[in-house]
Amino acid sequence: MATNTAMKKQTGLTGNSAIAIAMKQINPDVCPAYPITPSTAIIEDFSSYVADGDVDTELITVESEHSAMSACIGAAAAGARVMTATSSQGLALMWEMLYIASGMRLPIVITNVNRALSAPINIHCDHSDSMGARDAGWVQLYSETVQEAYDNLIMAVRIAENEKVLLPVMVCLDGFITSHAIENITLLDKAEVQSFIGEYKPERSLLDIDHPSTFGAMTLQDAYMTFKHQQSEAMTRAKDVVSSVSAEFAKKFGRNYGLIDAYRLEDAEIAIVILNSAAGTTKVVVDELRKQGKKAGMLRLRLFRPLPHKEIADALKNCKAVAVLDRADSMNDFGGPLFNEVRSALYDGETRPKVISRIYGLGGRDYKIKDATDVFDELSAAVKTGKTDTLTKYITL
Amino acid sequence: MSEGTVAKKQKLSVPFDYDKYLRPKKLPHIWCPGCGHGIVLKALLRAIEASGLNKDDICMVSGIGCSSRTPGYVDFNTMHSLHGRAFAFATGIKFAKPNMKVIVITGDGDALAIGGNHFIHTCRRNIDLTVLVYTNAIYGMTGGQYSPTTPLGDIATTSRYGNIEPPFDACKMAEAAGASFVARGTAYHTLELEKTILEAIKHKGTSVVDIIDACPTYYGRMNKYKSATHMMEVIEKDGTVSVKQADKLPPEKLEGKLLRGVLYKTDRPEYCEQYATQVMGKATGK
Repeated sequence: MATNTAMKKQTGLTGNSAIAIAMKQINPDVCPAYPITPSTAIIEDFSSYVADGDVDTELITVESEHSAMSACIGAAAAGARVMTATSSQGLALMWEMLYIASGMRLPIVITNVNRALSAPINIHCDHSDSMGARDAGWVQLYSETVQEAYDNLIMAVRIAENEKVLLPVMVCLDGFITSHAIENITLLDKAEVQSFIGEYKPERSLLDIDHPSTFGAMTLQDAYMTFKHQQSEAMTRAKDVVSSVSAEFAKKFGRNYGLIDAYRLEDAEIAIVILNSAAGTTKVVVDELRKQGKKAGMLRLRLFRPLPHKEIADALKNCKAVAVLDRADSMNDFGGPLFNEVRSALYDGETRPKVISRIYGLGGRDYKIKDATDVFDELSAAVKTGKTDTLTKYITL
Repeated sequence: MSEGTVAKKQKLSVPFDYDKYLRPKKLPHIWCPGCGHGIVLKALLRAIEASGLNKDDICMVSGIGCSSRTPGYVDFNTMHSLHGRAFAFATGIKFAKPNMKVIVITGDGDALAIGGNHFIHTCRRNIDLTVLVYTNAIYGMTGGQYSPTTPLGDIATTSRYGNIEPPFDACKMAEAAGASFVARGTAYHTLELEKTILEAIKHKGTSVVDIIDACPTYYGRMNKYKSATHMMEVIEKDGTVSVKQADKLPPEKLEGKLLRGVLYKTDRPEYCEQYATQVMGKATGK
């Protein structure tokens, strides 16, 4: 089976087009949408599929992202399979509803094409949008390539709708870098996608009149915390579900994604931890350093929510110095969000590596081979001297 | 015609140095060839010159979209804010600095869709803001989605079989919501637009000018307009009638046409003044 898939013809697609094709193959019931750069082309392509009768989806072009996510919630509560796409300020305007979606346990799937937040206004890539939503109770998957973004979206439906999870899922890919660049990708057949995701049978829905239910009703000191505890436990369970869905995907289609992408880390002494497309550049530098006999490696998280903290600790356990590269700043004088969580995951290890925070690539600033090389040089020096220069620093400035 | 318009006429026709109001390093602008936004900007700058306002006493606030790029190019106090929120930002500015002339630059998508709520409540309060809505019937910046002013049946990337949502009339909405000055102009009627904007600037209270403008890149191409000038002729010249002419025309000649000029003007208490006298005055016993 895997061999057959690997032999399938490759095609060149942008990240946005690939996501739109995945949505076409998933054929959701409802897609409420509002345009925002750089995710617009997803809905643009998808609206053509609607117009051509390729999908059964009801595309609702609402008047803002606030309305888009509200309509997603309404449709999902009514029992529909719901998807949309957004970026940056669009996700920020959805913020209030993100918590409603997860609190109501609605398995909505959205694509977030990562873009910087205003002000000043900028349309290019960084992760401040999805990092701002990291505590909203959504499962977050990050994608290095167009292929992974496409695959993640298909898997996201299964993860969200799993009865042990029932949480919304956000698939992230880098604005312009992945959304607009054309890469080689192998597509599945619609039948394969349909068979993988299966039919959606909501456990509860507003239109199930034989089993009346209510969503979001007032709970006070008596019950609110119980709901949140259940939600938290569902997020804990989501980790194993992401693993099992990814394993099934690998078995059927031959592309194997774990919770993390540990690259040449087995015996690594120095490592960079990073998300999304910048992993590609980092791997090139790791390979170069390995040729020079330096024990360098890279860890990319595919799953950020829930945080695969045990896997992170295990992957980095042999490292002596680690740099966590954030494409977003927590503005806390204590490093980026990924840094703080990775560093915390390493706290219980037997030997704790030195861990530094480096903020890179904000607002689409390039992250180049030399930038990664410089970080590895810093880490090598830290291993030698046992000291780090500064805990947190902006690079690519 | 308001008093003083004749006196201003001469001033309007006097050429002046546009560079005084521009930030040359920020040019060229991003607007497509054939877009009317540049014409509107020219009319606005000339109206500001004619108003006699000091440019440092002017604050220009915009939301998001093609029209909202305007403040980047002009040398006033400027703020490029969030999609749909220019009204709310401008309200804060005007409230903190009631003596400042605050001009809101927005588009049909920005003002009437995502910012619709702020638009009507700005009008309801009648706070002294000059609001220019660049209405081109499309979301240009994001690639041609239909907007709240796209006519019924027209094509957009999101309405392949024709738009089924009835459009808003920004002027009727502004008047109904309480704006004390409501006017419409077009990029085609350039001199008339200058005068209308000047009158809006001079009016105290929420002054809304709906400016019919053309987007040849998206709206034009999708709806089979031959060129930017063809669009201006069909939509702006033939598709509108001035209020003065309208009085003399039979109803059938007005069907499907938008009215141009000052459509509604009244004196109504302005919000900042009301706040100063009715709230702060009483609160402080003065």
